[in-house]
Amino acid sequence: MAIVQKKHEMPTQLPEVRAHNFSEVALGYTAEIAVEEAKRCLNCKNRPCVEGCPVNINIPEFISRMKEGDFEGAYSVISESSSLPAVCGRVCPQETQCESKCTLGIKFEPVGIGRLERFAADYHNENAKEKPELPTQNGHRVAIVGSGPSGLTCAGDLAKKGYKVTVFEALHTAGGVLVYGIPEFRLPKAIVAKEVETLKALGVDVETNVVIGKTLTIDELFEQGYEAVFIGSGAGLPNFMGIPGESLKGVYSANEFLTRSNLMKSYLDKPVTPIMKGGKVAVVGGGNVAMDAARTALRLGAEKVYIVYRRSMDELPARREEVEHAEEEGIDFRLLNNPVEILGYENPDDPRDPKNGFVRGMRCIRMELGEPDAKGRRRPVPVQGSEFELEVDTVVISIGTSPNPLIKDTTNGLDVNSHGGIIVNEDGLTSRDAIYAGGDAVTGAATVISAMGAGKVAAKAIDEALCAGK
Amino acid sequence: MYKIAKKRSLNPTVTEMQIVSPLVANKAKPGQFIILRVDEEGERIPLTVAGVNKDEGTVKIIFQIVGATTEKLNRKSEGEFIQDFVGPLGVATHTDGIKKVCIVGGGVGCAIAMPVAEEFHRLGAEVTSIIGFRSKDLLILEDEFRACSDRLVVMTDDGSYARHGNVTVPLKGMLESGERFDLIITIGPLIMMKFVTLAAKPFGVPVTVSMNPIMIDGTGMCGCCRLTLNRDGERITKFACVDGPDFNGYEVDFDEAMSRGRMYFDFERHAHEETCNLFKKAEA
Repeated sequence: MAIVQKKHEMPTQLPEVRAHNFSEVALGYTAEIAVEEAKRCLNCKNRPCVEGCPVNINIPEFISRMKEGDFEGAYSVISESSSLPAVCGRVCPQETQCESKCTLGIKFEPVGIGRLERFAADYHNENAKEKPELPTQNGHRVAIVGSGPSGLTCAGDLAKKGYKVTVFEALHTAGGVLVYGIPEFRLPKAIVAKEVETLKALGVDVETNVVIGKTLTIDELFEQGYEAVFIGSGAGLPNFMGIPGESLKGVYSANEFLTRSNLMKSYLDKPVTPIMKGGKVAVVGGGNVAMDAARTALRLGAEKVYIVYRRSMDELPARREEVEHAEEEGIDFRLLNNPVEILGYENPDDPRDPKNGFVRGMRCIRMELGEPDAKGRRRPVPVQGSEFELEVDTVVISIGTSPNPLIKDTTNGLDVNSHGGIIVNEDGLTSRDAIYAGGDAVTGAATVISAMGAGKVAAKAIDEALCAGK
Repeated sequence: MYKIAKKRSLNPTVTEMQIVSPLVANKAKPGQFIILRVDEEGERIPLTVAGVNKDEGTVKIIFQIVGATTEKLNRKSEGEFIQDFVGPLGVATHTDGIKKVCIVGGGVGCAIAMPVAEEFHRLGAEVTSIIGFRSKDLLILEDEFRACSDRLVVMTDDGSYARHGNVTVPLKGMLESGERFDLIITIGPLIMMKFVTLAAKPFGVPVTVSMNPIMIDGTGMCGCCRLTLNRDGERITKFACVDGPDFNGYEVDFDEAMSRGRMYFDFERHAHEETCNLFKKAEA
């Protein structure tokens, strides 16, 4: 039988429809498509895809179950390695991970591993009736700081081994960046809630409204009887550009813009938490968060949305599928442009004009790519005299985030690097005994799956440290 | 869910509540704040801690009914619950080395100023309090201030009670007559704090202002509460939620803060009207 050279296409909402709603863009494979796609897997001997996965899911094994139509079996294989399969199938950058290593991908398109993972997880969530059994308890208590991907993964792995785990979350809903950052149309919140419920069924306690470093310190957690602590507090501190006009009304960090829309549900018709809707919006940056912000702005009713990025399409760090979706939806990519000033409205005749102090535009300068920098990326250089004005009402700054210093500042002896990232060894152990860390709190802003990988590594190390010899 | 242990009205537009939250009660210090949500779909609003009772595990909050959320909160009765309550957030007011302090509070800001005055009194500092209100019926906490102040001056803008005028009048008077403080702490409307700072400037007395910008998470995550400080010729961005809420008054860009505070003015006014109408309909 001839090999199907291309991945089976993902059914999606039509761009002109989805640009006006917050429902999920990708609709997921049908069972028939999933089986056909699974059959593309060559089941090759050296299994390079497994190496490409930060949590080493046994990919050929789960795919071979799918070939037989055994979707529940496929899910079991995935969940041996991943606590959040429905999430990863949606948000992982597969093109740079598992799928980039796929043997089939050498000549043709790689197997759609992410799409298959998503199908298996969705199938399980829809059809599985029984809740997971509470594992035999081993009597050890572990505290997890933050309920994002690294914390949930660490919690899940430890709970499955019988640990009594408590997850502390600063916000009012568990999920971290999965609920405040990634929009509904890319990751429905019901899916995150479902994953959290699964962990609770495994005996994990989730305490919302507790800010570690403020409500309780790490040292107090030890006093309360926790034997190990995992810090997965993320990279929550938004960076600004340091250009004039960033405090004007209508300038948001991507974190604020997305938190308002996602967590506080400002996207609803009659929101309780306000957000600026409509008008012309410029999103500065080229990562996944920038794509999320731009597409959120569009769905909130913007007449025009720009992505302003200082490098070219080749350097754009966002997941390829998100960029394609954004382009299809009509996001205007202004590449090789860099903002130099955000311009505000001031009525010289009326200091009480309600428009005063709001954004009216952004001055940008054109860039060209120069010599490669230390990382090998060509450095963008301004083109002298090429400044121009972009007329916008809202600016969303999405140029990255830094680790939040709250925990570092309240935990003696916890070493951090010059970027504020917590320093850990290969086991995720920090400079303090029994305190582990992982995810963006260590690396600075990265991906959901790499945070999950770090949570997994720390869970293993915590288990070895607490149950050594048993 | 967090229980409302006690509730009382301080004046027609200002309410005091004691919320059961032992973890926050155990930690909160004067100058810090909490964030609450009234119900499942509610917005997050910051309110300064107005006192704690560690034995009962309660945290006192005092709020003015100014918008949809405070309107909904005020409709809750003793014994009922609110959805979320998190804190203590922000940095506590610095009290080290202050022997003589002047506390200048305006309106509902006096609710925040009061525990700060109490703390200085407890630490043995000489406390002068100047509290101002638009009129007599908006007066709050006079007895509480009297109990913790070596000297108390009450002002009303319309002269309907005590001295006539705003809070800068007696402050200027004291400074002009040669009186000096180690620190002036002012808490109230931005415009008042701006003018208190301007009044103190010629005399070189340090001024701490308590900023109250729009916030969401309160942990430094969104940057919504950012403000600008002018320091040594540079403009520095700070987040009120984690770097504040207290700042050096001489450095704060008040005009920018006032502008940012009005970002959602129309939305908020509209939401408040709608909420009031809903309550009226329900009562009719």
